[in-house]
Amino acid sequence: MNAATAPAPAVETAAAVLRLSDVNTYYGAIHALRGIDLEVHRGEIVTLIGANGAGKTTTLRTISGLLHPRTGTVEFEGRDISHVAAHEVVRLGIGQAPEGRRIFSRLTVVENLLMGGFTRSAAENHEQVEHVYALFPRLRERAGQKGGTLSGGEQQMLAIGRALMGRPRVLLLDEPSLGLAPILVQQIFEIIGEINARGMTILLVEQNALQALSIAHRGYVLQTGHVVLTGSAHDLRENEMVRKAYLGES
Amino acid sequence: MSVVQDLPTPGGARGMRTRASAFGGRHRSLSITLGMALVAAVLPVLAGVPPFSSFQPQAAWIDGFTNAGVFVLLALGLNIVVGVAGLLDLGYAAFFAIGSYAYAYAASPFGNQILGINVQAALGDAAGLVFWPMLAIGALVAALFGVLLGAPTLRLRGDYLAIVTLGFGEIVPIVFLNSDAVTNGTNGIGGIYRPYLPGFGAYSATNPWPYYITTVAVVTLVLILCYRLVESRIGRAWEAIREDELAAAANGINTVTTKLLAFALGASTAGIAGVLNTAKLTVVSPDQFTFVISFTVLAMVVLGGMGNFWGVAVGAFVIYTINNVVLKSLNQFFQSVGVPILKDIDFLQLQFLLYGLALVAMMLLRPEGLFPNSRRTRELHADVVPVEEDAEGEAAAGGAAGGAGEGGR
Ligand SMILES: Nc1ncnc2c1ncn2[C@@H]1O[C@H](COP(=O)(O)OP(=O)(O)OP(=O)(O)O)[C@@H](O)[C@H]1O
Ligand SMILES: [Mg+2]
Repeated sequence: MNAATAPAPAVETAAAVLRLSDVNTYYGAIHALRGIDLEVHRGEIVTLIGANGAGKTTTLRTISGLLHPRTGTVEFEGRDISHVAAHEVVRLGIGQAPEGRRIFSRLTVVENLLMGGFTRSAAENHEQVEHVYALFPRLRERAGQKGGTLSGGEQQMLAIGRALMGRPRVLLLDEPSLGLAPILVQQIFEIIGEINARGMTILLVEQNALQALSIAHRGYVLQTGHVVLTGSAHDLRENEMVRKAYLGES
Repeated sequence: MSVVQDLPTPGGARGMRTRASAFGGRHRSLSITLGMALVAAVLPVLAGVPPFSSFQPQAAWIDGFTNAGVFVLLALGLNIVVGVAGLLDLGYAAFFAIGSYAYAYAASPFGNQILGINVQAALGDAAGLVFWPMLAIGALVAALFGVLLGAPTLRLRGDYLAIVTLGFGEIVPIVFLNSDAVTNGTNGIGGIYRPYLPGFGAYSATNPWPYYITTVAVVTLVLILCYRLVESRIGRAWEAIREDELAAAANGINTVTTKLLAFALGASTAGIAGVLNTAKLTVVSPDQFTFVISFTVLAMVVLGGMGNFWGVAVGAFVIYTINNVVLKSLNQFFQSVGVPILKDIDFLQLQFLLYGLALVAMMLLRPEGLFPNSRRTRELHADVVPVEEDAEGEAAAGGAAGGAGEGGR
């Protein structure tokens, strides 16, 4: 089955794995998230779309503990993680491929992956590295190559692979298609679909709204720190405003 | 996942390297000990034969090697902070001062009086016994100050941290200078007991050997600990933080405690160096801990090869010896021979010019240092991209565009 082209039906009844309630996040005086409500259910791909500066990255950072909300709560599997530190959030089961990939450019591919498994035992990593290689055979070929010398696509694979090394139950992806050629974008989205098909819950931030909505179950549209629209991926694709603003139709 | 069986084993070469380094790890302590013993045995022999014996008598060489050993300790400690964890500390001499004063308080009549103890009354001629526990206590006290300084400041980004540590490095000697009642101000604390070794007796000013052997032993121990550390989990965490702090946090590394640990361990090494140095000098005063010390140790770390402990140790040793033996001897030599112009140059004054030139030359020719960390050599020379750090960042960014052609086939 190819999850990239035929998304599995969303499990409407499942409990929210991730729930943001009225989240307000600031950068100093800058009010970046203005009361975000968002839910991700187990097994879903949820996409977060919106223009530059809408607050997509900020939302992911607030979930992953790199930022903390000033008011409102972030719950993961029923537990309030609003003020849990980033390294603890990883341990709890949320992995992320951050904006800009941020791979360790001077470490080799395999060293990057092992760093991703920092919270795990050597034995677990030994096993997990094989799963990642199976997903991205390209990374196995480049195992000994320095991260910084990889192509953009390979770096993205490495960023996702590294996030998977921590064996998360929820994966946060920030613009995985950024800067990639169309054919590579297609490939990355297929892999995301595949990871999801194996049971991973994914929150996907994308500029590439069309692609994102084609693999996602549901989506949220962000504008200047607000959720302005939410619904099934299908509905969003049909939505007039979305088509105009994000799918480049007039 | 069934696919796993069909695929070739992961990077054979890598597997071998992992095994080789595990092998090296088990025998690392032994090889460091043997290496240090060998060096410690060869140096005095060299010092006793020409041309070295013509510079100064053997005993003066041994004394110089011991002082160099103190700087080797300082450089090893700062290497943890700067070379391994990537935190720029410009006030490292502060921790050297703290270790030095810690020993002065434990092992001098003046210091004892302040603390309300009397080591001499309790131990008599063996008062220098306190030297041994003070090696550990000095390390702890310095580490404590490392944590006190680090806890509020390590959240700062690179440049700010450098400025704060620079300030701390200036403040500590000033505090020692101005707290006359408890530090004896400018004059410092004198009459500090020399170490006492049961079965041997007290060390003396005239015999440099006991100090030499003690220093070699301490350096050996610290080197072993340094290697153990960088090869451990915490070593990997330091590496990640040096590369990219946000990514490190996103991978489950507690960046705050990890940085704090680097800071505290670096400080504790300086504390040990302070105890050792003060037990040899028998006097401590604030003017020993100027910015020059911090700068010299930093230059040793950079020139020796950031991150590589052996390289840094050798670098520190060589720089110290050149400064304090060769330059001094050049002065005497040119004066006695009476070479015009050269005889009027004070080569000791040229020290910092030489550092400056060496650092510039190094950055241009061998940015990885004289004895680089093996990983950095790979990074700096073995690749397609002729890289320095910035070039690498660009390579990474440029890769995004380049990825299309390469990854797309
Ligand atoms: N470190 C920061 N300090 C101050 N303001 C910030 C910071 N990071 C982001 N912002 C601001 O917060 C708002 C949301 O930024 P965010 O990075 O979340 O946007 P985004 O939706 O991810 O945009 P893009 O698609 O360009 O990545 C923007 O107005 C931005 O200027
Ligand atoms: Mg963003």
